[in-house]
Amino acid sequence: MKEVIRITSVLTLVCIICGLLLAVVYGLANEKIEINKEKRIEEALTILAPEAINVEELTIETETIYKLSNQKRNLIGYGFIASGQGYQGKIKMLVVTDKLLEYIKGIEVVESLETPGLGAKIQKDPFKNQFRNLSITKDIICIKNDTPKESQIKAITGATVSSRAVVNTLNKRIKRIREILNKN
Amino acid sequence: MKNFTKGLWKNHPVFRQLLGMCPSLAVTTSAMNGISMGLAVIFVLFFSSLVVSLIKKIVPHQVRIAVYTVIIATFVTIVDLFLKAQFPEISRALGPYIPLIIVNCIILGRCEAFASKNNLRSSLSDALGMGFGFCWGLFLLGSIREIFGTGSILGIMIMPANYNPLIIMILPAGAFLVLGLLVAVMNKIEE
Repeated sequence: MKEVIRITSVLTLVCIICGLLLAVVYGLANEKIEINKEKRIEEALTILAPEAINVEELTIETETIYKLSNQKRNLIGYGFIASGQGYQGKIKMLVVTDKLLEYIKGIEVVESLETPGLGAKIQKDPFKNQFRNLSITKDIICIKNDTPKESQIKAITGATVSSRAVVNTLNKRIKRIREILNKN
Repeated sequence: MKNFTKGLWKNHPVFRQLLGMCPSLAVTTSAMNGISMGLAVIFVLFFSSLVVSLIKKIVPHQVRIAVYTVIIATFVTIVDLFLKAQFPEISRALGPYIPLIIVNCIILGRCEAFASKNNLRSSLSDALGMGFGFCWGLFLLGSIREIFGTGSILGIMIMPANYNPLIIMILPAGAFLVLGLLVAVMNKIEE
């Protein structure tokens, strides 16, 4: 009996001390981590829409949409976050479209856990640049062979799952954003 | 002193004991990733050994592994939060491999085999020796794979412009090939 109490108390004590220590460190680091995440989105916005001088953050139906306008305050497009399940974890991207939601201006991956050298290529130019000025009046289709035509994306060799994940996430997200913007 | 140097060469954690294979193979796609991983492991190993050596007398034998794991997990989480806050780039590059240091067998292995049986001084030199040994091992692996796989080292191009990178070197197969060759070289030198 004495032994059981000793074991339990030592284990409990160690866990409590570790828990407290972690709470302190988390408290110190959390603010900085959140700032870093926002900075990453800002950076991505500048890459995708360098002409967007004014960025207005709207919250409609719990969704955050960035309304982008140029120097003369003319609306040039929308930006929004799209995230979905990838091969190994969540893929989070920033998407910028034109103001009528007819084509994508570009995408930028802000968070992903895809396999280095394979799925991680979704962050690299050859794949990303396929989305530049891609028409989204129809759903985007991910193809494996052939040269991609309108609204088509060629999957990365050896990383079809990651490529499809990006395309499916985008399709779903664009549909939702279109609904919201049409209503308002 | 002997406790420190044995980790650097004679009992090298990667090339001699073949411990911590998962991070050694998975993150060493570039020299920088290798160093970052190595430094994170040095930090965790040092503080875990410190705490384990200090509390070795009060930890009941039956729950020692559970206690060590909680301690290691705590320090790993601290590293993870620190990198996310201060070095988001490195944190993104290493991805899920930082939290996975918790199950790196070098750390639990050294806590169980050394720190829990030796005094503070020897435990710390053992931890540092093993940590730095792991670090240079990963740096070497990462450098070789980066040079042949992308033609650069630490991001600086060193191969001639017409060099055609061997993509296999930065893929998992390349990791096994380079590790195998390095272990063979180590064995040859020690003979």
